[in-house]
Amino acid sequence: MAAASPSPLLTVERVTKSFPGVRALKGVSLQVQSGEVLAVIGENGAGKSTLMKILAGVQEPDSGTITIDGKPARLDSVLSALRHGIALIHQELNLADNLSAAANIFLGREPRRGPFIDFASMNERATKFLKDVGLRIPPTTLVRSLTIGRQQLIEIAKALSVNARLLIMDEPTSSLSAAESETLFAVIRQLRERGVSVVYISHRLGEVRELADRVVVLRDGENAGELSRAEATHENMVRHMVGRDLSQFYARRPHPAGDVVLELKGLRSPVWPQHAVSFALRAGEIVGLAGLVGAGRTELLQTIFGVVAPAGGTMTAAGRPFIPQSPRDAIETGIALVPEDRKQEGLVLGMDVAENLSLPSLRRDQRRGFLNFPREREISTEMIDGLRIKTPSAAQIVQFLSGGNQQKVVLGKWLALDPKVLLLDEPTRGIDIGAKREIYALMDQLAARGVAILFASSEMEEVLGMSDRVLVMHEGRLSGEVARAELSEETVMHLATGGDRREAA
Amino acid sequence: MQTKKIFGILSLLVAVVLFTASQSGSFLDPFNLENLIRRTSLFGIISIGVAFVIITGGIDLSIGSVICLVGCGLPWLVMVQKWPLAAAVPAVFSVAVLIGVAHGFLITRLKIQPFVVTLCGLLLYRGLARGFTQDQTMGFQSEYKGFRALATAEIPITDQFGIPMPFVLLVVLAVLAAVFLNRTIYGRYLLAIGRNEEAARFSGINTRAMILVAYVISATMAGIGGILFMMDSNFAQPSEFGNFYELYAIAAAVLGGCSLRGGEGSILGVLIGTALMQVLQNMINLVDWIPTNIEFAVIGAVILCGVVADEVVKRMAALRRAAQARTGA
Ligand SMILES: Nc1ncnc2c1ncn2[C@@H]1O[C@H](COP(=O)(O)OP(=O)(O)OP(=O)(O)O)[C@@H](O)[C@H]1O
Ligand SMILES: [Mg+2]
Repeated sequence: MAAASPSPLLTVERVTKSFPGVRALKGVSLQVQSGEVLAVIGENGAGKSTLMKILAGVQEPDSGTITIDGKPARLDSVLSALRHGIALIHQELNLADNLSAAANIFLGREPRRGPFIDFASMNERATKFLKDVGLRIPPTTLVRSLTIGRQQLIEIAKALSVNARLLIMDEPTSSLSAAESETLFAVIRQLRERGVSVVYISHRLGEVRELADRVVVLRDGENAGELSRAEATHENMVRHMVGRDLSQFYARRPHPAGDVVLELKGLRSPVWPQHAVSFALRAGEIVGLAGLVGAGRTELLQTIFGVVAPAGGTMTAAGRPFIPQSPRDAIETGIALVPEDRKQEGLVLGMDVAENLSLPSLRRDQRRGFLNFPREREISTEMIDGLRIKTPSAAQIVQFLSGGNQQKVVLGKWLALDPKVLLLDEPTRGIDIGAKREIYALMDQLAARGVAILFASSEMEEVLGMSDRVLVMHEGRLSGEVARAELSEETVMHLATGGDRREAA
Repeated sequence: MQTKKIFGILSLLVAVVLFTASQSGSFLDPFNLENLIRRTSLFGIISIGVAFVIITGGIDLSIGSVICLVGCGLPWLVMVQKWPLAAAVPAVFSVAVLIGVAHGFLITRLKIQPFVVTLCGLLLYRGLARGFTQDQTMGFQSEYKGFRALATAEIPITDQFGIPMPFVLLVVLAVLAAVFLNRTIYGRYLLAIGRNEEAARFSGINTRAMILVAYVISATMAGIGGILFMMDSNFAQPSEFGNFYELYAIAAAVLGGCSLRGGEGSILGVLIGTALMQVLQNMINLVDWIPTNIEFAVIGAVILCGVVADEVVKRMAALRRAAQARTGA
């Protein structure tokens, strides 16, 4: 294929980049051919996002050269990168959600007639780009009314509208449903046919295998190998990323479930008030919560945690009635929630690692209202070591950690609280494969200590691998429960898409 | 970051002091210095109050009017309504606290924007004060000297210079405020709320209660300020008393390193910011060739310079750190 072409589209040589206390890139080289899908993989903090930001002109390298079409290029701003045809699709989408799809695609470059926006021509041209990314929606659709997956396609359409030849996607599927991911892959394949190159970052090795023509592995800011499509097996990728084999991925030891610690009796979340949800959670159990995106899993977890008031029903925690009015009530009952959206709900980005880790425990550890500094230090060392959070110090501002390490901080702040019931909403999102395994092992340990774990996940593999039993949701109701013995992808998917419990069994 | 900011604003303060001292012989007069310290102390108290609101990401525009309401209300109760002082002081103090509670309630429960709530407060409390006093100037005349000593007395150091009482009060309140902000879990909560209210709530913080507390602190400090300003001048014209004081307080807090985006601020910085505002005013009054009527222009320009300089220093520091990281690597 195009991989043999003599002059690559882009060549990066010995690029370095340092931040205070961190050498993020220590001389990384990379080539991108036109019309190829290149996957870049590596552990959390390996330097993937930093490299991509350099290519997109968001950050400048300290040293190293970048060559585009055989000519040296200086990418000192997003604009100059765009002029060279390089566009970065940010993980946090950058759309004005109060505007239409067409208006977003042409934001800042609206076709004009005199001083006025020429809406007719704008919409007409937008329709073409929307079709290119497989979106059959009117160009006047408000972006707000679209799902995250579709919004992402609009970002891609926007990049195409400026004639991007190289699209960089940093963990694009981390908040997409399985179906949305498939659509995205189809679009990526089409772009490849048309000669557009795609650099693709993901921690989901299955996707990488399915999609990539070539895989570049980074480790600790250095090149750690390159794999052709044929070589890119799961084991091979892991070995290059981690530097060793990872055997026994899902660490589940059987342990008996204890007493009921949390019971929902006809609980109704405010988003789906017509559906009453009932189930019980026992000490030492790991229960998976499966369902399609938008099935109401997050709403259910947030209702249990007191973020939103229930529209009806009751709960009992440790045998006592429990109706949380706020997360604080839930925390006092021994319930913790690792939320889905780490930047909005999980972290105070502008505070440092130690302050974030101790935030929920401040009340418990207080000395008559005063901060307990020794305890705060204890928590942060314990969590940084235990979860292997990669940070120059406990005083590093969380904003400057890599995505996966931020997620570990969110986990750590809740573990510091020693919860009895741990609710996890997509706990391994954006986390590398080594860290994932650590988190699975941790879940197992917690369960062995008697913690009840309820975890929502869109990754079928981890649901199947980790759960003692699985609750499946469909459009706000509990559509079924599957015991470990009966667990299979088909059973779960059948229930998740609205199938009936008995047909499934 | 905070220490750098404080150092920057402190240098600016020193520069203005040196400049004024060189341009005006009367600046270093014991009488002038005493007066400067007294005014800095009074304004410092209200600036500390508003800093707490700013740290949560809010704003309090009602301070000047609370000062007017309390400052006119106290002599009105005592002199016109013939209340005993021992009842009037707790009464006006409670009014200030209740105003803070009302602001906090409207902002956290009814979700009205702080700017709107406190802007309405600004109009409302001054209007009320002018109403019940019928725009008459309020004061204690020559009575209650002992009580007024809280604001007017001083601790003699030399036979010409003494430390004004309000300064002692300021030091006590500032130490309390700094301990509250930096050493208690509640201070940490306020800082967290200012940066990300949602994440704070998810962490089990009672965000509504904490925000309410911030507005109560602001209004209470304004109340204390109102009583002290009144006792200090013994003369309160309801249509003017406390006018623009909220802006002085907010400006001092911002100069002192509080970000209006929330989540940042230090009490020491606010004090230095207040001192800078007062020295500037003093400079304009004392230095002959600066016309007094451009006071606002000078203050505005200096604040702008301070904020711009801060931003420039921040960027230079970031560049230098990047360069260091490069060579160190
Ligand atoms: N602006 C910054 N300031 C300080 N350190 C930074 C900054 N950006 C990145 N880093 C550090 O550089 C290293 C590489 O980060 P990067 O975001 O590139 O990792 P990544 O490979 O994308 O990881 P992940 O898979 O977790 O997203 C990390 O140690 C991170 O903490
Ligand atoms: Mg990243």
